[in-house]
Amino acid sequence: MSGAAHISVQAVHKVFQSGGQEVHALKAINLEIPQGQFVCLLGPSGCGKSTLLNAVAGFSLPSSGSITVEGATITEPGPDRGMVFQEYALFPWMTVEQNIAFGLQIKGLAKPAIQEKVDGLLAMLHLEDFRRRHPKDLSGGMRQRVAIARVLAIDSPIMLMDEPFGALDALTRRNLQDELLRLWTELKKTILFVTHSIEEALYLADRTVVMTYRPGTLKRDLAIDLPRPRDVASPAFNALKKELSQLLMEEQSRHNQDEFKHAAVD
Amino acid sequence: MNRFRRAASGILVPLAALGFWQLLSSMGWVNPVILPSPMQVLVKWWAYLRPLEVFDPAQGSYLAWCFSGELIHDALGSLYRVLVGFLIGGGLALPLGLAMGYSRLVYGLFNPLIQVLRPIPPIAYIPLSILWFGLGNPPAVFLISIGAFFPVLMNTVAGVQNVDSIYLRVGRNLGASRLTQFTRIILPAATPYIFTGARIGMGTAFIVVIVSEMIAVNNGLGYRILEAREYLWSDKIIAGMFTIGLLGLGIDTLMSRLSSHLLKWHRGLEQA
Repeated sequence: MSGAAHISVQAVHKVFQSGGQEVHALKAINLEIPQGQFVCLLGPSGCGKSTLLNAVAGFSLPSSGSITVEGATITEPGPDRGMVFQEYALFPWMTVEQNIAFGLQIKGLAKPAIQEKVDGLLAMLHLEDFRRRHPKDLSGGMRQRVAIARVLAIDSPIMLMDEPFGALDALTRRNLQDELLRLWTELKKTILFVTHSIEEALYLADRTVVMTYRPGTLKRDLAIDLPRPRDVASPAFNALKKELSQLLMEEQSRHNQDEFKHAAVD
Repeated sequence: MNRFRRAASGILVPLAALGFWQLLSSMGWVNPVILPSPMQVLVKWWAYLRPLEVFDPAQGSYLAWCFSGELIHDALGSLYRVLVGFLIGGGLALPLGLAMGYSRLVYGLFNPLIQVLRPIPPIAYIPLSILWFGLGNPPAVFLISIGAFFPVLMNTVAGVQNVDSIYLRVGRNLGASRLTQFTRIILPAATPYIFTGARIGMGTAFIVVIVSEMIAVNNGLGYRILEAREYLWSDKIIAGMFTIGLLGLGIDTLMSRLSSHLLKWHRGLEQA
């Protein structure tokens, strides 16, 4: 499988129990993501953006509604939807090379084919000099490159990214964002990217979906039509940034009120 | 320099203790039968270590002669029992521990029995071990394997249960089968715990071997210590005790070297 795929989220609700209370994490989510689109899910913490991502990944299925990829309903995690985690989640006992090769070994590829593919990815992500290192000997940025390479290795048409650059410093972050855009243009994946950074969403995405604080619904679906590479200092960029800040601020204050309420009860 | 100073400071207290001990003996404050002087122990140690006969080429090689001393014979006998007991005990504990850690069902089935048996010290099995296995190595090895079994088991269970769930999520995301998840993710992720268990198990095996040799066999360091007691040879008792200490230290160092070599990837290990 290669190229991109189309994701369809239809009337998805997600309810879970937390401390004896029912939390309505996702409510009536409808979202169509066409092939090859780069979509950012933006929202304050607790808005359900990661819950939605995990539902698409198949780690936790919706309470009702359905999510389909190319028409097939998602029932479990799978290599057609490679996931990059914020905490990298590299296997510390494997070297860089072995981490990247793992998904290919699972696929049952022959050794020479695996080696060729791994070499290509190491070159593509500038990791050649680190191939025999273990994750503990890498910087955060390098680790996330390996995690991206591991997902690219299995050639999934969809990449799911859960605040992948959240733990990185500003410079490394911009560097990896550019890298990701380059890979996306080259490989034409469909990307669903969770972030709480407005600037990151505006810098990367074709389209940014803002979510509301509990219950998580879609507040605004915004196409970002700025030409790439985007200039973060341009008036157009900042106009959008202002608009999104306004939307996000409203949700953040609802989040804060909710926390105060809970604090009062406790 | 720093390293040298640390080594020097590590040897300070043992030297002081030795000096104090020598002082006690030299001043005649203690009866040498009750506490022989360090010098006396050293002399006896050497006598215990060196070959009994004069070298005779007709009897065998020079190397064999070098190792013909009583101490070497005893130390090898003890080591042999420790290793066999450890391999049996640990070898049974490892698969059971993996199964108990992985499957809640297996855990639920075995844990109650394990928890009842675990607090029983291996020494309490001595009467039964003689009834079941008679005299000689078998009862000794049996006791040692019980001593090694529980630390390896408990740590293996904890190791499997504590595998970070994010690794399993990655495995599922990449499409790993349950078998692949077990062999490539759970097993390696649990090895730091398993190695710790093995190290503790080896330590327990050393404690138990001395006791076991006091009951059922006629060589080994434990046996020799008990024999020396019959003759009031305090110096030989102490020489035997230090031999056990040094042997245990050697094995533990070896195991910790091995595990830090194999677990080079593991952060936070051996960092202290």
